[in-house]
Amino acid sequence: MLTEHSRRIGEADIMNKKIYSIGGLFDTPDSITRAAEEAVKEGYTKFDVNTPYPVHGMESAMKLKPSLIGLVTLFIGLSGAAFAFMFMYWVSVVDYPLIIGGKPFFSWPAFVPVTFEVTVLSAAVGTVAVMIALFFKFPNNAHPLHDTNYMKHVSSDRFGLNVVAIDPLFDESKVKDFLSRSGAKDIEIFYEPERKPIRVFDPKFIGLLVVIAMVTAGVTYFTLNKLLYMPPFTWMAEQDRLSSQSQNAMFTDGFGMRNPVEGTVARGFTPYEFKGQPDSVVRNLSNPLPFSKEVVDRGKMRFDTYCSPCHGYFGKGDSRLNGQFPNPPTLHSDKVRNWPDGNIYHVITNGQNVMPSYDKQITRDDRWAIIHYIRVLQRSLNAKDTDLETKK
Amino acid sequence: MRTIDYTQELPVVDGQPPAKAIDDVVSKPLDTKPGKVWKILITITSLMLLVGGGALVWTFYKGIGVWGNNQPVGWGFDIVNFVFWVGIGHAGTLISAILFLLRQRWRTGIARFAEAMTIFAVMCAGIFPAIHTGRAWLDGYLFPYPNANHIWVNFTSPLLWDVFAVSTYFTVSLVFWYIGLIPDFATLRDRTDNKLKKTIYTIFSLGWRHSTRHWQHYEKTYMILAGFATPLVLSVHTIVSFDFAVSVIPGWHTTIFPPYFVAGAVFSGFAMVQNVLIFVRQAFNMKHIITIKHLERMNQIIILVGTMVGYAYAMEFFIAWYSGNQFETFTFINRAFGPYAWAYWIMVSCNVILPQLFWSKKIRTTIVPMFIIGIIVNIGMWFERFVIIVTSLSRDFLPSSWGMYTPTIYDLGILMFSFGLFFTNVLIFVKTMPSVSISEVKAVVDGAQPSHRGGGHHE
Repeated sequence: MLTEHSRRIGEADIMNKKIYSIGGLFDTPDSITRAAEEAVKEGYTKFDVNTPYPVHGMESAMKLKPSLIGLVTLFIGLSGAAFAFMFMYWVSVVDYPLIIGGKPFFSWPAFVPVTFEVTVLSAAVGTVAVMIALFFKFPNNAHPLHDTNYMKHVSSDRFGLNVVAIDPLFDESKVKDFLSRSGAKDIEIFYEPERKPIRVFDPKFIGLLVVIAMVTAGVTYFTLNKLLYMPPFTWMAEQDRLSSQSQNAMFTDGFGMRNPVEGTVARGFTPYEFKGQPDSVVRNLSNPLPFSKEVVDRGKMRFDTYCSPCHGYFGKGDSRLNGQFPNPPTLHSDKVRNWPDGNIYHVITNGQNVMPSYDKQITRDDRWAIIHYIRVLQRSLNAKDTDLETKK
Repeated sequence: MRTIDYTQELPVVDGQPPAKAIDDVVSKPLDTKPGKVWKILITITSLMLLVGGGALVWTFYKGIGVWGNNQPVGWGFDIVNFVFWVGIGHAGTLISAILFLLRQRWRTGIARFAEAMTIFAVMCAGIFPAIHTGRAWLDGYLFPYPNANHIWVNFTSPLLWDVFAVSTYFTVSLVFWYIGLIPDFATLRDRTDNKLKKTIYTIFSLGWRHSTRHWQHYEKTYMILAGFATPLVLSVHTIVSFDFAVSVIPGWHTTIFPPYFVAGAVFSGFAMVQNVLIFVRQAFNMKHIITIKHLERMNQIIILVGTMVGYAYAMEFFIAWYSGNQFETFTFINRAFGPYAWAYWIMVSCNVILPQLFWSKKIRTTIVPMFIIGIIVNIGMWFERFVIIVTSLSRDFLPSSWGMYTPTIYDLGILMFSFGLFFTNVLIFVKTMPSVSISEVKAVVDGAQPSHRGGGHHE
């Protein structure tokens, strides 16, 4: 008995079409269950039962193997749990350790809630995704059963059984016979739809991809490079305060920045008694800092920051700014080596020739630490034989 | 005393409606033009959304300084509303997951609706933590991702656990809901003649064929999801309660908080579902699918969890005294007799005293009183969160740093916005999706399952 759908296709087409399956409809849950049992007895293996809701006992009537979806859940859930826990360990112990309340970095009880949530999230979403994509092979709206009288009924109020053509025992007349024997009504033949080849290089499709790519790139570029630099997203930067170096009408001199009150002494910047005088007046200035590893390390750090741009990392006068400024003298000359510490201090504080004064940038103690470090540099280029022996 | 025959299961759907009739009644709201009542309701809720949205926009423009939050009450309406809405969301998953595992077949009629309400309530809840950060457009930093600043979130903070709990809860609820909808979309797809509707249903049904080979995995997955959602629903409000319990503020730093919060969440959620279901069954002629027995059972759960909440209130007081901690003792005396005593007594009367009326069978099976009690419960539960948050913060250890909290019109506006969002979503949902699970209800109608003669097993 052909339905409207099959008639629509036309007799001529039917001859060329490949049968997908033959199915029939049943009216009660009892009759469909019996029919499923008979189909198994008949030896059919590739048949399916479509019911508007899960009918109890149908799986055993069809002799289906138990669902293995639980194993998928187990695998994904355990992976999610392991990932979450190890990730938190890596973040909290290795990459970004934060001291919080003096607790150990690896406070595993605090990781339990997030581990649990990630396990549930990955297991639930993963199971459903695997079920839909791999177990059901969905989305599949081109299936032969769609838009048939059969489907209309199994979607609503009746129960259907259909034997698929790939079943080894499939034979058109025998299947029809079996269906009518087991009480099926409205027996229907389903044909494979003609498959149109998917044209990946269709200019329209390529065009769509290009448009999507351009829109995505454009929106991303705009968001990250423009939007976030527009108000209100910049309001944190735009605050009611004066930026340094900016103008301000409030003061008569128009400067936003103010000079310290006269006579103010900044911490660490004790006034120098020979300020602005020639170095010949310097007497009896000795290094107040002890010669220790900490002091030398401090001196190295300050030297590298303030002195090395001109004098070079090793004091040879061969800095990375070489040629752009008058070359500074080497610090390994006899003159500098024989200078008392006080003279070097005097030059750092006062400046000399084109070298400006550094008394605003480097604190007093740091200047003395730099001098210790300069002595280390000097000695490293002019080591005596006795140095080797004392090293023993 | 009446005698009940326990050998026979009571029918969960009145009468024996044929499968086709179930399709018809469930899809009727989707196939008919919206009625007058619906139009009036959606006008009201959209107005709430619009006017409340103004308060939200103003907050974005001026910053959260327009709220009533202050020092010391740094958490005000924002967190009160967050906890309130997350709580509302708990009923849906409880009905769809826990009752499913407990084989409570009566859940089928109301599960879909309750799940939808969960999703909408969590959406409303999500607004508040997102905006209370001040600059909501930077909320991406709440999630751990390798960012340009090379900093990571603090995994030992309950606030971060909250981000994970709420977003997981939302996602899993959505997946659970959608999985339930797939067969129904397929049914709708096969019964409609409208081209546009058919296209939409075809896309969302993914090509579902009601195949037993699919039902088999589907049912198993549904069971697994229910198994996951059950501890999840308990974990969410537990973690929300950690936001408070892990701190050292008196009145917050208590171990009773997780179960107390979960019970409160179920309490308010059931009251909200009950309220909305009363409307739906009335409006869409579903009185035989969502029967008075459903509502009665929900009311029974409301009285159960309501009494648990009452026990928690009493136990908090007892422990405050028994611990001998003077700050804890003061906090609770302050709650009941301090400047916010009015809020406390609203909470106690709405949550503990009035729901006791449900002991009367007449009240719990009559629509009007149960509806009113449902509303009262939700008012009470909102005040519970207000009491917990505001009284504890306004008067903690040092009297010199005490202060009062008064919400501003913007706080109220955003609260209204969240209600507008919730009910607008509910109204759109009932007109666009099957608000009762077609396939599940068909399966529990008497005679839907094979008898012994059919060879299948029988439950």
